[in-house]
Parts: sequence; C-alpha cells; structure tokens
Amino acid sequence: MRVPLSWLGEFVDLAPGTTPEDVHAALVSVGLEEEDIHRFQVSGPIVVGEVLEFVGEEQSNGKTINWCQVRVAPGDELAADGGPAIHGIICGAHNFAVGDKVVVTLPGASLPGPFPIAARKTYGHVSDGMIASARELGLGDEHDGILLLASLGIDAPAGTDAIPLLGLDDSAVEINVTPDRGYAFSVRGVAREYSHATGVPFRDPALALTVVAPVTRFPVTIDDQAPIRDRIGASVFITRVVRGVDPTRPTPAWMIARLGLVGIRSISLVVDVTNYVMFELGQPLHGYDLDKLAGGIIVRRATTGEKFTTLDAVTRTLNVEDLLITDESGPIGLAGVMGGASTEISAQTVNVLVEAANFDPVSIARSARRHKLPSEASKRFERGVDPRVAAVAAARVVQLLVDLAGGVADDLGSVYDEAPVPQPILLPTGFVSGLIGLAYTGDEVRDALVDVGASLAEVDGDLQVTPPSWRPDLTDKWTLAEEVARIVGYDRIPSVLPVAPPGRGLTLTQTLRRTVAQTLAATGHFEVLTYPFVSERANNLFGVAVSPALVSAGAVDAGASTVDVASPLSISVPLSVPQIKVANPLDGEAPFLRTSMLPGLLQIAQRNRSRGLVDVAIYEQGLVFRPEAGVRYGTAVLPAGARRPSAEAEAALNAGVVPQPLLVGIVLVGNDVRHQPGQPAVAAGWQSSLAAAQQVALATGVRIEVRQGQHPAMHPGRTAELFVTLPAASVQDGTVSGSTVSVGFAGELLPTVADDYDLPAVVAVAEINLGLVFAQAGGDLTVTPIRTMPAATQDLSLVVSVSVPAAALRAVVAEGAGDLLETIDLVDDYRGAGVEPGKKSLTFALRFRGEERTLTAAEASAARLSGVALAGDRFGATLRE
Amino acid sequence: MSVPSVPIDPTTSSDPAAGDPAEPLISEAAVNAAVDAALDAIAVAETTAALKLVRSEHAGESSPLSKLNALMRSVPGNQKAAVGKLVGQARGTVTKALTAREDDIGSAEAAARLLAETVDVTAAASTWKAGARHPISLLSERAAAVFVAMGWEVAEGPELESEWFNFDGLNFDEDHPARAMQDTFFVEPTDAHLVLRTQTSPVQLRALLSRELPVYVVAPGRVFRTDELDATHTPVFHQIEGIAIDKGLTMANLRGTLDHFVQALFGPEAKVRLRPNYFPFTEPSAELDVWHPTFKDGARWIEWGGCGMVHANVLRAAGIDPEVYSGFAFGVGVERAVMFRNDVKDMHDMVEGDIRFSQQYGMTV
Repeated sequence: MRVPLSWLGEFVDLAPGTTPEDVHAALVSVGLEEEDIHRFQVSGPIVVGEVLEFVGEEQSNGKTINWCQVRVAPGDELAADGGPAIHGIICGAHNFAVGDKVVVTLPGASLPGPFPIAARKTYGHVSDGMIASARELGLGDEHDGILLLASLGIDAPAGTDAIPLLGLDDSAVEINVTPDRGYAFSVRGVAREYSHATGVPFRDPALALTVVAPVTRFPVTIDDQAPIRDRIGASVFITRVVRGVDPTRPTPAWMIARLGLVGIRSISLVVDVTNYVMFELGQPLHGYDLDKLAGGIIVRRATTGEKFTTLDAVTRTLNVEDLLITDESGPIGLAGVMGGASTEISAQTVNVLVEAANFDPVSIARSARRHKLPSEASKRFERGVDPRVAAVAAARVVQLLVDLAGGVADDLGSVYDEAPVPQPILLPTGFVSGLIGLAYTGDEVRDALVDVGASLAEVDGDLQVTPPSWRPDLTDKWTLAEEVARIVGYDRIPSVLPVAPPGRGLTLTQTLRRTVAQTLAATGHFEVLTYPFVSERANNLFGVAVSPALVSAGAVDAGASTVDVASPLSISVPLSVPQIKVANPLDGEAPFLRTSMLPGLLQIAQRNRSRGLVDVAIYEQGLVFRPEAGVRYGTAVLPAGARRPSAEAEAALNAGVVPQPLLVGIVLVGNDVRHQPGQPAVAAGWQSSLAAAQQVALATGVRIEVRQGQHPAMHPGRTAELFVTLPAASVQDGTVSGSTVSVGFAGELLPTVADDYDLPAVVAVAEINLGLVFAQAGGDLTVTPIRTMPAATQDLSLVVSVSVPAAALRAVVAEGAGDLLETIDLVDDYRGAGVEPGKKSLTFALRFRGEERTLTAAEASAARLSGVALAGDRFGATLRE
Repeated sequence: MSVPSVPIDPTTSSDPAAGDPAEPLISEAAVNAAVDAALDAIAVAETTAALKLVRSEHAGESSPLSKLNALMRSVPGNQKAAVGKLVGQARGTVTKALTAREDDIGSAEAAARLLAETVDVTAAASTWKAGARHPISLLSERAAAVFVAMGWEVAEGPELESEWFNFDGLNFDEDHPARAMQDTFFVEPTDAHLVLRTQTSPVQLRALLSRELPVYVVAPGRVFRTDELDATHTPVFHQIEGIAIDKGLTMANLRGTLDHFVQALFGPEAKVRLRPNYFPFTEPSAELDVWHPTFKDGARWIEWGGCGMVHANVLRAAGIDPEVYSGFAFGVGVERAVMFRNDVKDMHDMVEGDIRFSQQYGMTV
C-alpha cells in the first residue's frame, strides 16, 4: 500500500516538514513495515508557459517541427531559470494552438529518467527548454502530444511554478500490509495507524459524509445457492446512480498525481474517481454504464461451463464457485475481481451506476487465484473490507462525480446489507497484563481499545469489547491483548528470562551427529550443504542399495530392466527406485527428492574441480527421502485445525510420512595427500572412502564390518558393503544378513559414472545410513582388563586362494589362536614368484600375551599353530615356508 | 690436578726414571708422571675415537699406571698401604678425567648431530589435511547449545511433512491468505497433502503432541520455499525455532529469552527489538530485530525473524488448554545470521559448496 503524504495529511495533521522517512518510522512502530518511498522524479524550474506564436518548419526527413515563442514569466520579469520572460523552444508536437497554456521545463530542470534539461542546439535553433508531455512529467502514459493545462481544467499565469500546481511535489510511503490488517489498504486506515503511532488526532473521512438513502429502488437480488463454507458471497450490496456525467471533463491534476503515486494510471474521470475512493476508504467500487445494463442485478454463483469476457477482453470459463454479478444479458462482472466489457464505462457514458459491495473473502480469494487475476479489489476483499464503509464509499463517489463531472445525484439505488454485526469479546481484567508480562493500568487497556475503534462495556468488572467493523481480525481476547501491547508500545515490554525445568541435554543421536561431523572435518573433509533435488536417473542409479545376492544372481524383479553392474563400459541404470516427485519444482531437470546423498555431492565436487580446486574431499549429513514401493503416503483428508486430531487421524498423519533416514555421504577426488618436499602424492581411492567410513565408526563407537560388495553406480571390484552387528533381538527382515545389517557402501565410482559427472576416473565415495549406525551406539561397554605381562610377537604367513578375503582369514586365525592372542594385523599381501597362481600369501603380525605370567615361546607358538590349523580347515590355508 | 704427596721415604727422591737402585719399586714421581701424561692426553682428545685410544694408552692393561700397579705385589708389606693408596688415587684421577671428557665430547657430538639435523620447519610435509565444517551447521549447533544450557531440549522432525503439521495445525486456515503467501513445494500426488516444510514450526507442533508439559524445545532445521537462488534468497535454507509452553509464560519471557539468546550468540552488547507483525501461529506477534555494534555495515537494526505468543488455536491443535497454559515461539534464519555476522554478501557462497568458503571457518564459527 502506498500513501501520498498530502492525502494522509487530510485525515491527520502532519507537522510541517514531515518527511516520508518520518512517516515510515511512525508506522513501523505500530506494525506497518516500511517497503519503499515513491516520488515524482522531477525538479525545477518547471513552469506554466503560454504559447505566443510558433512557426512550422519542414525538415529534410519530412517531419515538421515547430519553432515556438513561449512566455514563461509575466511581463519583463526574469524567468525561473534566470533567462528572459520569453523562451524560444523547439516542439515536435502539433496538438496546441497559440494562447495554450503548457508545461515548460526550463534549462536546469530534471525529468524522470533522470532526464536533465538544458538549452541545446537543434533544427537550426537554440531550444531553450522543453514543452513536456504528461508521460515526460511522470503523470501517466499520455504521449500523443504535449500536456495542455486546459485539459486538466487548469488556467494559471505564465511563470507559475508547475510542480505544486500538478501535485508533483507530493511523495508517498509504501508499507507492507499484513494479512490481518485489510483496513490498512486505505488512506483512512493508515491515517488511523499514524494517529496510534504519534498521538495526533485522526479525522475519520467515513464520518465526514452524509449518506442519503436512495428513494427509488434499483432491483438487486442476492441469490447465492452455493455459499462457500456457509458464507453468502455478498453480505452488502449498495448501488447509487449519478446521471448527466460530462464525459469530457478532465480528471483534476491532484487526483492524477495521487493515483500516480499509489501506482494507478489515470483512465477517465469516472474510473479515476472509483479508484480514488477505493484508495481513500478501502472499499473496492465498480462503475457500470447504466444505459448498458439490462434490467436489475442478480448476484449468483456461476453455472458449470459458463463463460464470461472480462474487461481485459479474455473469455474465461467459470467455476461453479465463482461469484457473478449478472443482469438479464448474463454475467457483467466476476465479483470482487474484474468487471465485464459489455457494461464498461466508456467515453460516451453519461449515466453511471456505482456498486459498493462486500464480498466473502474466501470466495474472492479463490476466484482471483483460480483465474490468476489478482487485482486491487481482490486484494482488499481477500483481507476483509469494512462492511460499514460501503454506503459511505458509494456516497463519496456520488459526491465526487457531482463536484468534478457535473453529474446529478439520482434517487435511484439499492441497499442490501446483511453484514454480520461484530460480536462482543469478554476481556477479563488482568488478562492482557498476564499475557504480556507488563502491568497495564485499566486506563491504558481501555484507551488503547477505544483508540483502535472498539466500543467498551463493563460486565462484572471485566471488559466487554465490541471490535470496530473494519477489524474482522479481532476475534478473541488474545487479539485484543495484541492491540493493547501494540498501541502502548512493544518497547515497553520488559525482559524476563524464564526458568525451564532441568533438561536432559542432547540426545545420543544429536551428540553423535555432531561427533561424526566434527570427526570428518578433523580428518580432512569439508562439510557442504546440497539441495535435495535430483533427477530420476540419479535416484535410480544411486538410490537404494541392491542386494548383493540379487546382483550376483544377475536378475532383479521380473519386468524391471536388468542390473548389469559388472559392465564398466556403460552405465546401466537399474530398477526404477521408488521416489518422490516435487509437483512444482524450480528446476525441471531435477524434480525428484534425493534417495542418496551422492548425486548432490558429485555435482559439488565437479564445481570445485571446475574452479581449479583439484583435491576435493567433501561430506554432507542429511535426510534422504525413501518411499517404499506400493505404499501410498500422505493423507487424502486433513484434520481440522484448532483442535487435536483424533488418535486415528494423528496416527494416519504419522503413518503418512515418507521414511526420511539420516545419511552421511562422502566424496573424495584428487589426492588425499598432495606432493610435498620429501612426500610423494597419495591419490584418493577406495581406501580413502573406507578410511572415512572407519572415521564414522570411530566417532560413533560402532564397529563397522567391511565386506566385498556390489552397487550399481560403483566399481565392481572396488566396492565395500558396510555392516554393523545387531543385537540378536533386533534382527529384522529384508536388509539383514545373519545378525548384521547393511548400513552402506564405500569404494570407487564406476569410471563411466564419474565421467558422467565430468570427474576423473577415480572418485572415492561412501554413503552410510547413520540412523542404523546410531541405533547400535551407546551400549554399555564391558572393558577388558589390561594385561601387563611381557608380550610375545610372532609373524605368520599363510597361503590361500585369492578369493579368500583377508578379513575372513584374519578372523579365523584369531579364533584359532584363542585367548592368548592380543592383536593380529595384516602386514603384507604377496602374489607372485614363490606363490602359485590363483593364490596369495598374507602375512600377519601377531602379539600374544598371558594373563598372569610371561608366556614361553612354546606357548605362543602353540597358539599360533592353532590359528594356522583352523585356517587350514576353513580355507585350505598353508604355512608359507 | 695435584697428586697428594705420599712420604714413602722422606730422605730420597722417588723418581723411578732416575733408575736409582736405592729407590722404591713404585715412586711417587713415576706415578705422578704417568698421571700427568694421561691427563694431558685426555685433555687434547677431541673425539670419541681419540678418547678411546687415550683410554687404551693411559688406562689400559699396558698403560704406565697399570704396569706400576702390577708392581704392587713386590712392594714390601709395610709400604703396601701407602703405595696402594698412591696408585689407587692416581688411577681414580685418570678414570674420572676420562669420564668427564667422555661426557663433554658426547655432549658436543650430540649437539653437532642435532645441529646437522636442522630442518626448515616452515616446509613441513603433512600427511594429514585440514577439513572444515559449514558455518550454517556450526551456528545452528551453537544456537542450540545456548538453549540446551538453559535446560531446553533439541527437537527434530521430517522435512517432507504433512500439510496438517505445516499449515492447518499451525492455524493456517485452508483459505488463509498467509497460506497462499507461502511459496510452498508440493509433492505428487498433491491430494496426499505432503509438502516440503516451509518452516521449522511443524517440529513445534510435533513436540507439543509428543511431550509432557511443560515443553521448552528448540528446533534447528532445513526448510524449503520456491524462491529462485539469488544473492539473498535460496530455495533451501535453515531456521532455528524455539517454543516454550508452561503455565504463566508471558511476552516478557519471550523478550527475556531472546535477549539472552542474542547476547550468548553475538556478544553482551547485542540487543533485541520487537515490532508488531502478523503470523498465523502467534498472537500477539512480533518481528524480531537484532542490533550489535560489530555487525557489518555498522551498528544497525537487522530484521532477523518472527516471534510471538503461541496462538490459542495452535495450543488447541496440540490438545493443550489455552486457558491454562501459555507460551511463546520464535524463529530466526541461520543464513541471514551468517550473512550479517560474517559479512557474507552473496547467498551463492553458502550453497555452492566451494570448499574455500568453509575453509575460512575451519571448525568454529
């Protein structure tokens, strides 16, 4: 809402010199947020000029320009620019005659653009200024010729300062009006608020008019057969008639200037007047050409498939919820949104029917949204218009058409008023003070409420507050408390820190999230925050883990495309992973919600690389969206607000939430360790992602088991699947293998996938379901007593088939070696000369220790050989001699 | 070093070199000469190797002192004690000198070795590398920590949320203008009424439905609105929201909480200003401005979020009687705080994941 200061000043006294900034500051204090300041971008000298004579001069390009002598100061006085009283000015327009009064911008003036005016040589003359058009002055779109002051009904002596004459010295404050304060979409409403903010008296323009009831009834019928949410579409419908309007009368300059400042273009006097009154009083108005109306008016809902051509010449198919203004010819207006072409005010209109109605906010909001026709009228109706102002506004339009357009007020009209009367609200004594935490006096409470227009009565010591008609938002004692706090001032509210009961601190999950994030950052990874929007293809490729068993079987799910992870030559996008599509995405290429962290991270890795940052190690913790196939999420019906849903409804809401597990994704490209003095570079690879996975394990205290794995987007030979061990009781279906659950993958991307993301061939990635890991964390640990006897260390080299995983062999040796074995570490993996093809030699370093005494070499060797024996049984391992 | 004079025979010289047959087998002069020779040699030995040679020559089995010592067997009994003492002290003197010299040389050699090991400490190669947290995460955690220290708890909720939790339960009527004002991401099918939450407030409602009263929780999280990414907007951003429901809570308590919060987060000089505003889920409602002398572009009021007393309809939606309980809620933008606190001028820097951005923060914000 924009409010010209001159207009505001009609209803409240503005101290001399009040600036738009001052007005903003005052309005902000009562909750009308500042948006902008609007001014006519003109500065003087701009004066009234009288054309004394002019000569048309034909130019070589065929155009004729006029060389004019224009009086810009009376007699022999100097002009406002210090020049002579008569200026020679070149003018290309032809819509004027000798003796016309025009607007002359003299050298030194500036017009919107900014467009500075100076004496300049043109067409063989020195043009000493410019004769301005309405558009050049910022007074509308008229640019067919220069502005003739007579067209605005102005006749002032040459040399008169044209800036105040045209209202160009005015400025407007723009404020943001919140949805509860519809009344502030009027100068009347803002003036009231200015009064609240500053204490200056408010003169209500609605009380300044005498409303005369029409004598002869114009037939109006409200026939709403389908009220929306039980509210009749029109609660007030006032019509008034003005006859004999002179369509040639101009809109006065002050009205054009004020409308220009509020953002409305001048169209014709009748239309300008209805717009003007809307901004003044907040009541949307519509003028009909009475002579084009066929019979009386019926307000009704549209019928199925009914069509209507709005003022903008668009034929619209209506919805049965649309509220229509109709006459015998059919629809003549989409109520509260836009009028129709057939009864439009035209340059020939002399008899005007003015409509001032109050329409249901919901009905208008839905129509405006449905037809994508937000208008000044719908904006006001949606937020609620004062039902008591309709008759006043109609009277104001009549008054202006009589005063400005030469019309005659007719006694024809109608009054329909079924607007509900505001109901009183009980405000218990002390409620406001108790809610706000400030001891308001009784007078402060009463004065504030009277200030905002409420009427008060005392009932048993409490207040009964009847809100004013323009405040539909005042519905309960809390809304009244806000008014009191606002009018007295929020700055008076004291600061009192409440004491919460003892809390339990962060949950284990919250603590672990932080520890994981800190650990990954401390070990060289950068945290990033990606958008969760991805393509369907990315979800299908990275989405949900494919069970290794299914992969090795070579086929998944009848009817789906096959999973061909073993082919590094092409990316074979596997199954259609269940996923959620955004209905109104910003990026049409990525309308799906991520099922994996990796696609977003790969894009960010690529962006860093493209900026010359070659070594990239990044991670993100976040939610992914993993619907299960065949499940319908959400709820078709939403419970009502303002009361607790039934237990069933609440359960349905919760059951409708798509599973959103917390994951961490990690991507490493380039070098883990860069080349440095005495330090060769160490490239990032599958081992880096496994290290990251182990860092997550360390941070959570949960042991993560690594097994050879398969993932559709990952290198078939360099992928680990990660598992955690479940307590026996929590083994669940599906993802469980034995007593372990798969929590993610670590390894290298398929080179073709890496290439797809414009990344180098080796990209290390890891993705871990933190929810599953955290679920195993925090158990009570039983500490092993520390043995302090001397240790015995031995090495062990075993030859096994290359297909035996080192971890499996290590586990078997440990099992066989028994309790004396303290640690066992893999130190070498040898293949080649001395080891037969298809086999490998794995060397372990073993450390033995006794509980109560020093072990003998023989005891250590015996334990070692037990390990060898078991490895031989299980994997055919032989000692390498 | 002086060798104590031992009066073996006060009338005669004891110089064995004189070869006087009347002289004793071990003369004091001979002992002294051997000691002097040894001490001289020790003093000039410069290295561990040279000293080893000296030790062999002057304290070894064939050294003069050892040879003199070997003669002890022949010394007459009545002289054994005195001569023995003479020789013993001489050997002790030499051994002590050797040890001292050995230590000196050892220290010098160790010092020289360390000197030779000097490196350029500014050219250290590192096998570890620094990473960094994102300031949005760090600031969210710090903010939550302020509340946890006051006894509040941290709550979380889903990002893809039922419209009931995001709108209806928060007093956004189906046709409420504010509901249209929100630029909400809906998901298909839209009649399932799921949205990407436009605010962290659904977490409040979930907290109220699932916890025992009184409730004091703070909910940091990621929220979504259909704003295109530009210098000051991003469709995915972060909020920290707080709600307290108890008996007798007031708007003064809201201000007290916010005062404490901004001072803990930005410093003791930080101030809060409340301006009347409108939100469907609070009544009275306020805009929250924050001021601090060190904010970029100078000390000024910056619009940071919204707050107010929790709307009676929100309490009712959670099954709480607004005539018995009251409470307040607030929500602030984390991106915005990072922007005005650290002079981040462009939202792109926060969302693009360029590691040079987080690198400036390291592990703290």
